[in-house]
Amino acid sequence: MATEAKVDPMHQFTIQPMFGTDQMELLGYNIAITNSTVWMAISAIVLWAFVFGGMKRELVPGRWQMAVESFTGLIDDMLEANIGKNGRKYVPYIFSLFMFILFGNVLGLLPLGVIGLHPFTFTSHFTVTGILAIISFGIVLIVGFAKHKLHFFSLFVPHGTPVPMIPIIFVVEMISFMVRPFSLGLRLFVAMMAGHVLLEVLSSFVIGSSNAGLQYFAIAGIPSFLLMVGICALEILVAGIQAYVFALLTSVYLNDAENLH
Amino acid sequence: MPQIEQLAATYSSQVFWLLLIFGLVFFVIGKGMVPKVMDTVALRDKQISDDLAAAEAARNKADAEEAAWRDRENANRAEAQALVAKAKAEAAVSTEKKLAAAQTGIDAKLAKAEARIADARASAVAEIEEVASEAAADIVKRLAGIEVSAAEARPAVKEAM
Repeated sequence: MATEAKVDPMHQFTIQPMFGTDQMELLGYNIAITNSTVWMAISAIVLWAFVFGGMKRELVPGRWQMAVESFTGLIDDMLEANIGKNGRKYVPYIFSLFMFILFGNVLGLLPLGVIGLHPFTFTSHFTVTGILAIISFGIVLIVGFAKHKLHFFSLFVPHGTPVPMIPIIFVVEMISFMVRPFSLGLRLFVAMMAGHVLLEVLSSFVIGSSNAGLQYFAIAGIPSFLLMVGICALEILVAGIQAYVFALLTSVYLNDAENLH
Repeated sequence: MPQIEQLAATYSSQVFWLLLIFGLVFFVIGKGMVPKVMDTVALRDKQISDDLAAAEAARNKADAEEAAWRDRENANRAEAQALVAKAKAEAAVSTEKKLAAAQTGIDAKLAKAEARIADARASAVAEIEEVASEAAADIVKRLAGIEVSAAEARPAVKEAM
């Protein structure tokens, strides 16, 4: 892209079928293996390798095992803090969710362009984040109704609501509840996309200004480049935070389903 | 925005592969590997807490043994001190007795000796009186020519002495 005359900051999100599978179909639906698919698979494989490295089950853990155990411990503590003892059964799901998103975010940030590969951040697609949000929301609904039956609707009436207010509060709470999957999915998608667009725009400033001449490079290129360095660090932080927020909000919502109010 | 422009063309592929790959992640990693990792952590925590409990128990036992030993030691010491005190008291009593016996023996000897001395003195005095009386009678006879018996001279001698 750097060699193109005009840099399109949105081009990096384009989904391209790979390995000539663009006509692959299942029950009439297109299931082409795309760059998105490949990066999901890479994230899954890297995640598997990461966890596998921590499965030595040594009494005195090495660094790698320590790293894996600190991630499982993080999720375990988060669920215990938000849900309580009942929360431990969600560790596999929340761990998978958190690590899959985290690895997707971080791997998508890798500067693989310098060796000719095109990194793709699948979490910058609301199709993906939306599905993950719907899965989380679906688990909340299933657990909530399985555990509390129709009593689950009392979630929409907070304690101490005056009786005349109940219908209005119920509707308001219901709307805020139904918005959850959208906010959950959109937050991650927007955060990832915004960061990548920002980096792309800044890099286009650097390239464009250096093509325009030395004085433009000094005025616009160097500050943009310095800003890029900072934004890169920020993006790594955002990659972690957004994965954590997704997992944290899922566990908070699961707490509603598990314990009501 | 490719996310929207390509939505119709790619949503099915995205959804299918996400579900497949995330499903694999969940079942293989989340369900298969994470519990083992957590078991290891739990096992280690358990072992650490067990070891700590064992150490605590061992320390308590050592403390108890030390306390028992101290009690025993104190009892022994008290016993020993009692023995020493008893021996001391006995020794003192026997010393006192011996001293008293010796004292009475000495007193008796002293009294006897004093009595003997008094006798000796009395007899010596009597002898001296006798001798003095005889000498006085002799002296009187020679000087005055008067015959004075020793018995008559005695009161005078006694007076002079």
